[in-house]
Amino acid sequence: MSTDNYSSATVADAGRAASGAASEPLLSATGVQMHFPIRRGLLRRTVGAVRAVDGVDFEVRPGETLGLVGESGCGKSTTGRLLTRLLEPTGGTVKFEGRDITHMKPGELRPLRRDIQMVFQDPQSSLNPRHTIGSIVGAPFEIQGIKSPNGTKRAVQDLLALVGLSPEHYNRYPHEFSGGQRQRIGIARALALKPKLVVADEPVSALDVSIQAQVVNLFEDLQAELGLAYVFIAHDLSVVRHISDRVAVMYLGKIVEIANRDDLYSSARHPYTQALLSAVPIPDPDRKGEEAKRERILLTGDVPSPINPPSGCRFRTRCWKAQEICSTQEPPLVQLTSGPRPTGADHKVACHFPD
Amino acid sequence: MTLIEEAGVGGIPPQPEELAVAARREIEGRSLGRIAWDRLKRDKVAMAGGVLVILLILMAIFAPQLSSLEGQDPNSLNGTLIDPNYSTPIGGMGGISAHHWLGVDLPNGRDIFSRIVYGARYSLGIAGVSTLVAIVFGVVIGMIAGYFGGWIDNVLSRLMDLMLAFPVLLLSISILGVLPNTAFGLSGNSLRIALLIVVIGFFSWPYIGRIVRGQTIALREREFVDAARSLGASPFRIIFKEILPNLLAPIVVYATLLIPANILFEAALSYLGVGMREPTSSWGAMINAAIQTFQIDPEFLIVPGMAIFITVLAFNLFGDGLRDAFDPKASR
Repeated sequence: MSTDNYSSATVADAGRAASGAASEPLLSATGVQMHFPIRRGLLRRTVGAVRAVDGVDFEVRPGETLGLVGESGCGKSTTGRLLTRLLEPTGGTVKFEGRDITHMKPGELRPLRRDIQMVFQDPQSSLNPRHTIGSIVGAPFEIQGIKSPNGTKRAVQDLLALVGLSPEHYNRYPHEFSGGQRQRIGIARALALKPKLVVADEPVSALDVSIQAQVVNLFEDLQAELGLAYVFIAHDLSVVRHISDRVAVMYLGKIVEIANRDDLYSSARHPYTQALLSAVPIPDPDRKGEEAKRERILLTGDVPSPINPPSGCRFRTRCWKAQEICSTQEPPLVQLTSGPRPTGADHKVACHFPD
Repeated sequence: MTLIEEAGVGGIPPQPEELAVAARREIEGRSLGRIAWDRLKRDKVAMAGGVLVILLILMAIFAPQLSSLEGQDPNSLNGTLIDPNYSTPIGGMGGISAHHWLGVDLPNGRDIFSRIVYGARYSLGIAGVSTLVAIVFGVVIGMIAGYFGGWIDNVLSRLMDLMLAFPVLLLSISILGVLPNTAFGLSGNSLRIALLIVVIGFFSWPYIGRIVRGQTIALREREFVDAARSLGASPFRIIFKEILPNLLAPIVVYATLLIPANILFEAALSYLGVGMREPTSSWGAMINAAIQTFQIDPEFLIVPGMAIFITVLAFNLFGDGLRDAFDPKASR
């Protein structure tokens, strides 16, 4: 693997060292909101808002992977776009390395773009069909005005080698590649400027299952090599379990539970997380294991509209534990300190009646 | 379309034998334009149209050479070739002879062939340049409206609607009709040509503008635009480097279809007497002259009519073929 442009060992060491618990967060989101206005009539009056993301708090530490899971339409992708500032939040703050980037103007944001990059969901649509691979992967250098010591072409070819493509593909066009290869091109583009954080928006959900594993492994290898931090957005819980250090579960624009991977998968406390986990298919249903005995929690009803979310706890309309208090008070996302099973500092739940 | 095999797994570089295979293949990628050209080559009707278009352009360029090949020029009068008793060209078929391949006109006996080949210069030149004007305006305004949206799009779209709703012919007639002999430092023929280009171009850009706007709105939502934005690209760069290359195909197609419409527009204006004027030989002006005498000499009317018909047909066939080649999934 050609790593001439990456002093890989040192970066990875730095990443590992920095991922210690006490380190400064790389990115922190506090009460971040994205309300898309709904306008009607001749005067385009605002008559309401789609509360796609309605106050989420989390942080991403250097070199770690934060998995973000939830059903379609729960605001995962919007959150990703807020972190990369493709969208401007309507509330809350996003801080990157301690700097408030919530309302930065495009000009101020441009140098920061090097450090926060994005990998997109659809490899068909994320590569410009009229550009060659060379100019797609070389675009970051051109846009940011960065000169590589051995020239942009050499840098691009190194990147292609890094993601497991042949440097000979430099002059080819996106339509000449398979989906998995195109996603590798998208990853190479995101890595071109040696970012510190990569937001991957469902990077494998458009791929064949056989290719998904390759691309997920590529993400892991690159993280070990370059010390990247990921926000890995997905709806596939198995993929998230494989790659994440910590996992946040979203429901209707809110984070309902956030925990270390093992805590979350072994002792989920929020009813919604439990329902999600129980829906993960068991690889071998005939196997007489502990897993096979587990009961599947079937949720009834649909996800309520984000235009007019339920009062109090948003999950109460589908929750089998819901009581009076759930409709009047919104449960905060907190560490459980009292009760029969307190959680660790990293495990926060937003529920009045956690398990 | 060659799909290269999935090379390397999980960041492991391609194996040497795979690299060797890749190296043996042709390294240059096939662009979408190249693929469209390969497809176009198989469309015989479109290729015939294309060849005809090229021949017509060559005819306009080499008009003096073609005239002198015949041994005539477009403006010399041949009164001796007109029958003084019947005021018709001497000989059958409108005076077609070895010296005058397409006969002579009335009432002056000028050579029709050389007037047609010279007329091609005006028809194709005015239509071509005015289409270029329309494309520049249409593409820039359409992309701005489509990309920025909001009130900018509202203002520009209503402007386009307004232009499309105008009684174009009446307005052009009144503009060109009140034309002084000199204006803007130009006079006579060159002033007429310039004004025809401006008027025709001005009234045809909204067609291109609407198409470009729609396509831009569709392209704006594609993830590669988000990717460029997340790299810090300016709107200028996104519009011209990310979106414009994807618009080239529809622009080329609609330009090829707009040229014949503009040829007809120019011919109509000249026929109505507000375009090119005698003694300049424009096809529309020739039809205008021939209308007076078509009952006794239909050949004089048929020749410029056929010239317009063939030219418009050739451009349309070629443009349709181009559209199919660029977008084979579009239904006919």
